[in-house]
Amino acid sequence: MFFRVAFLVLRKDFAIEIKSREILYTTLLFAVSCVLVFAFALVKEGEAPPDAAPAILWIAIMFAGTLALGRTFERERYGETLRALLLAPAPRPALYVGKLLGIVLLLGVAELVLVPLVAFFFLAPFFAKPLLMTLLLAAGTIGFAAVGTLFAAMLMRVRTRDVLLPILLYPITVPVIIGGVRGTAALLASPADEAMATMWLAILAAFDVVFITLSLWTFEVLMTE
Amino acid sequence: MNDDFDSVRLTDVSRHFGRRRALARLSLAIRTGDVLGLLGPNGAGKSTLLGMVATLVAPNTGEVIYGDRSAQRWGPALRRHIGLLAHELHLYAELTARQNLTFFAELYGLNPRDVVDAALERAGLADRADDEVGGFSRGMRQRLALERALLHRPRLVLLDEPFTGLDDRSVSAVADRIRRLAADGGIVLLATHDLDLADGLVTRVALIREGRLLSDEPASTGLRGRYREVVGR
Amino acid sequence: MMRKLFPVLLAINAVLFVAALIFINRVPPESSMGLVQKIFYFHVPSWIAMYLGIAICGVGSIWYLATGRPQADRAAVAGGELAVLFGLVGLVTGPLWARKAWGVWWQWDARLTTALLLWLTFVAYLTVRKYGGPGSEKLAAAVGLFGTAVAPFVYFSVNIWRTVHPLTTVMPELPNSAPEMVPPMLASIFSFLVLFVVLLMARLELGRRQADVDELYLAYEDRTA
Repeated sequence: MFFRVAFLVLRKDFAIEIKSREILYTTLLFAVSCVLVFAFALVKEGEAPPDAAPAILWIAIMFAGTLALGRTFERERYGETLRALLLAPAPRPALYVGKLLGIVLLLGVAELVLVPLVAFFFLAPFFAKPLLMTLLLAAGTIGFAAVGTLFAAMLMRVRTRDVLLPILLYPITVPVIIGGVRGTAALLASPADEAMATMWLAILAAFDVVFITLSLWTFEVLMTE
Repeated sequence: MNDDFDSVRLTDVSRHFGRRRALARLSLAIRTGDVLGLLGPNGAGKSTLLGMVATLVAPNTGEVIYGDRSAQRWGPALRRHIGLLAHELHLYAELTARQNLTFFAELYGLNPRDVVDAALERAGLADRADDEVGGFSRGMRQRLALERALLHRPRLVLLDEPFTGLDDRSVSAVADRIRRLAADGGIVLLATHDLDLADGLVTRVALIREGRLLSDEPASTGLRGRYREVVGR
Repeated sequence: MMRKLFPVLLAINAVLFVAALIFINRVPPESSMGLVQKIFYFHVPSWIAMYLGIAICGVGSIWYLATGRPQADRAAVAGGELAVLFGLVGLVTGPLWARKAWGVWWQWDARLTTALLLWLTFVAYLTVRKYGGPGSEKLAAAVGLFGTAVAPFVYFSVNIWRTVHPLTTVMPELPNSAPEMVPPMLASIFSFLVLFVVLLMARLELGRRQADVDELYLAYEDRTA
């Protein structure tokens, strides 16, 4: 029942998104412009500062993710469909999981574009250690999305939700940025420091477990008025 | 512990939002066959009350008992028996009528093939089934929303202004539907401004103003007069 | 009982502060930095008070999310406000000290950075309470809970982040290096702790009074029942 409902929510969001692809395209474009802005800001005489590539990648993911979170929940405001979802005869945290999966998939697609793009512009060998790189990206994205989905959902009733979401989200997801950037940078070093990357991966995984659990525990309470 | 209930009881329910009182020590009991009309001016607390009975809003004090248990002890299974049609309609604009109904049918564990086409027929939207809801008129969305709310044949039916935007024919169709729901063992709570429509449809009347229950009585003729007498204005 | 205790505590606190100041005055100034080094006696206790405030906010938030009792919310907001207040003292005194000690205002020291991040999280807590509209106490409680839960992650990731590029640490180990500084430090810490308790009691009482006023407003509205 639980995962069936989560999957139904995910499929519904997918069905809506596939029609216009509005959130997907605009998120992608935003992320790309983000990268370009950083490029112009940082590149001097044809070279970026060392370690700029991981930083730019993760910042672009976080900024694009914040926007995508806001817009995904904005969809549930028209017709107040979130209330209808809360009325489903399934445990309410299943809705959280469905939305979380949607955001993670969306950001995953964005990363499919961002990683080669940043690698290209900043000559960063992201594909040297593909497995660890993918795991790092996955763990970091899930951690960011776990906290972001909960906050975006709970802020839905708040008038100032657009500006409050980053204010709440960024300090709490700093470990994700640190872990993501440092872990990626470790993989880009020559020779690649797999031990360090694995350590950061472990920290990110622990973050994911803790915050998904906390979100599941608090979701229902936060969504009832 | 049985799986269904035949009455809903609110006992001394209060709710405030900051310093604004929404509901004040309200007590009500309704059972199968009732069509309870919630009548009152804007801001009286009708929507808050419906939200509370729907388990979307928690009371500050008092409790809501469904059958023999509170919502908390029921768990998610309670919501299988609740259908809500609110002002906002709960429809996805980007999906078609059929997609909307299919989604909600599956959400409630129903087989869409069994229920969606019939619901589209009843809403009079069978020919617009594959058009996006965003392009529908208010009346069309209202009819679809009603079918969506009743798709899973809930025992407890909560209707917030269900007649908005409907033409005469649709209004009588909806009114007939409501009567049939109650006759078939449903519990209907109907919040409306339209006293003329309510007159003759509701079996009981609850008059509310500023969060307070002024009167809870069986329906009789002359609803408008009774309303003016109790609520004033 | 609490009300009678309050002026007593206030008096004790005043005495303690005077005593601490005397202690601090008696200790000979540290050789390299002179008088400015004595900021330390305010800096360290401020952090202790901030973490105490964070702990209270975290516990109050969990309690509030679980039970909805207003006492829990009052405890949480008191803890949160005190955390931000004492954190601000720490964040101001830290750079002042660092400037004199090493000539730079800020150098991403692990402890100061961790404290800054947690401080920002609880500033976000207060922001949600203020701008979140009705019902924002519950949303803020989620921020308080998440902020407390993220503290170990922030601590670990910032520490590892900094020790990869080691720099001079802020806190020399006092009992080993300068035993004569221990008494005034203890006196300072104790004074700050009592100050914390005094402010906490005052804030809780303020919360109770506000709740009483809200009750009166509601009772007034209910008067013609």
